[in-house]
Amino acid sequence: MIVFQKPHALTDVPFHYCPGCTHGIIHRLVAEAIDKLGVEGRTVGVASVGCSVMSYDYFNCDMVEAAHGRAPAVATGIKRALPENIVFTYQGDGDLAAIGTAETVHAAARGENITIIFVNNAIYGMTGGQMAPTSLPGQITQTSPYGRDVKTQGYPVKVCELLSGLDGPTYLERVSVDSPQAVKNAGRAILKAFTNQVEGKGFSLVEVLSTCPTNWGMTPVESLEWCRENMIPYYPLGVYRDKFAENGGGEK
Amino acid sequence: MSEKVLMKGNEAIAEAAIRSGCRYYLGYPITPQTEVAAYMAKKMPKIGGVFMQAESEISAVNMVYGVAATGKRCMTSSSSPGISLKCEGLSYLAACDLPSVVVNVQRGGPGLGGIQPSQSDYFQATKGSGHGDFRMIVLAPSSVQEMADLTSLAFDLADKYRMTSMVLADGTIGQMMEPVELKDDMHETHYDKPWACTGTKMEREHNIINSLILKPEILEQLNLDRYEKYKVVEENEPRYEEFMMEDADICIVAFGIASRVSKSAIVEARKQGIKVGLIRPITLWPFPEEPIRIAADKVKSFISVELSMGQLIYDVKLASQCKKPVYLCSRVGGMITSPDYVLKKIIEVNNLGGASV
Repeated sequence: MIVFQKPHALTDVPFHYCPGCTHGIIHRLVAEAIDKLGVEGRTVGVASVGCSVMSYDYFNCDMVEAAHGRAPAVATGIKRALPENIVFTYQGDGDLAAIGTAETVHAAARGENITIIFVNNAIYGMTGGQMAPTSLPGQITQTSPYGRDVKTQGYPVKVCELLSGLDGPTYLERVSVDSPQAVKNAGRAILKAFTNQVEGKGFSLVEVLSTCPTNWGMTPVESLEWCRENMIPYYPLGVYRDKFAENGGGEK
Repeated sequence: MSEKVLMKGNEAIAEAAIRSGCRYYLGYPITPQTEVAAYMAKKMPKIGGVFMQAESEISAVNMVYGVAATGKRCMTSSSSPGISLKCEGLSYLAACDLPSVVVNVQRGGPGLGGIQPSQSDYFQATKGSGHGDFRMIVLAPSSVQEMADLTSLAFDLADKYRMTSMVLADGTIGQMMEPVELKDDMHETHYDKPWACTGTKMEREHNIINSLILKPEILEQLNLDRYEKYKVVEENEPRYEEFMMEDADICIVAFGIASRVSKSAIVEARKQGIKVGLIRPITLWPFPEEPIRIAADKVKSFISVELSMGQLIYDVKLASQCKKPVYLCSRVGGMITSPDYVLKKIIEVNNLGGASV
């Protein structure tokens, strides 16, 4: 009896991610959701620019690579052309919350019936560890070598909180993948974000707090601890919007 | 079947797009082309099409990229400053060989410029529409009829060559009203698009539309392959019109509204005994080099009449291999050359008798 195997929605191409990076876990959770819903054959994914740029090689469904930050606009075009298909984007924090802020906010405001997986690791990974829109106050990066000074470099962008100010989104939740329980919970949220789209419920975004051992300069285990001790207090986990919740739409 | 109607140039673009099978229009308002969006907003919902007003030109062109990735005919339109914003998207569309139609109803620049007609995006359209090596097919209408016909052609060429076709108009042609004959179905050829991302249906390997190529030898080869395709376009698709060129001593080269003004000036100059004719490029890329190369052996001089500070003139010099002097006659900033203004230049050039200055 098979009790555990690679999801069908993932290809056999080996991930290029650094040891300890949580992109691999999140890719798997996305693929599991696609498998569970049986929608791989009608799913079109949109890859973004950043560490996950090559996700087009990892998902078995049709994949379109978008310009930096433009994934929600590209996904909008695909979804409007193929309303019966399932369209998702997979984006990092620089892509979604800096250069692509306008595309993110307006896709959410339109209530576009797409699913966005937003991976927040508080740093630009692919370019080698620069300050992200979500880098924490005081966080040392290549472009905030003395720590992010909020007086000159501003405050982090809290995406779920920002989007919850709009009427458009159907479902916004922030999760993490810093423990087995957290991974399980993240899988539930990602499945829900895809299920919403299958049921035509509208815009769903799951923000996943992630780690970057390489650019944070930590071991994988230390990274998970840093995420727990620093990121989760700044970015509280939970449901920020659920229009179709049984209790009538619990807003945080 | 066809019908004759009185229409604005911008509306003719929209109607021709619909009749050419375009069901996806994604745009952002900007003068002087907003009628295209307004027309699409009215029509698309009634014919099962999609009209989207994006949050920016950048988003609009990326929505086009998304629709084009599914293999559906789609279009965006804008005017000069908006096209600058779309240039990122034009590069990606080219890199992924996605067919799309982009309309630029040009206005005076640079910067915010003005809202009056211009042709000063000639370089941008034909030489530098974004980063990297790529080309777009560029079609230049000079009447409302051509706004319709060339828009339709733009869709066919885009599908045929998997390229972006740009309709490069100007504020005058966009805003003027003329009778236009419209065929019921302008969708000439249907092209198979096995590359499109529409879902694997679990029946094939996944399609990937992507422009990230990290291995230089592969990226080089892709560029070389694309330029082989461009060569075919250069061989097959140049289009132009000749006017009174049989015995011409002076050859005007002009497109769009500048070519119409030039025709009036040519008729007047002929009355005064000056043998002048016109070569009007209809495709700006591929540029119709052959008629100009041939003319260079017959005429004494060329005049490039354009609403820009000498952009078209470079292609005239290249095509004529500088065998004869090429003079510039231009107005810019939203000002248009009048027939008298062009006539004055013709007389001046005629008096030089083909000598260089």
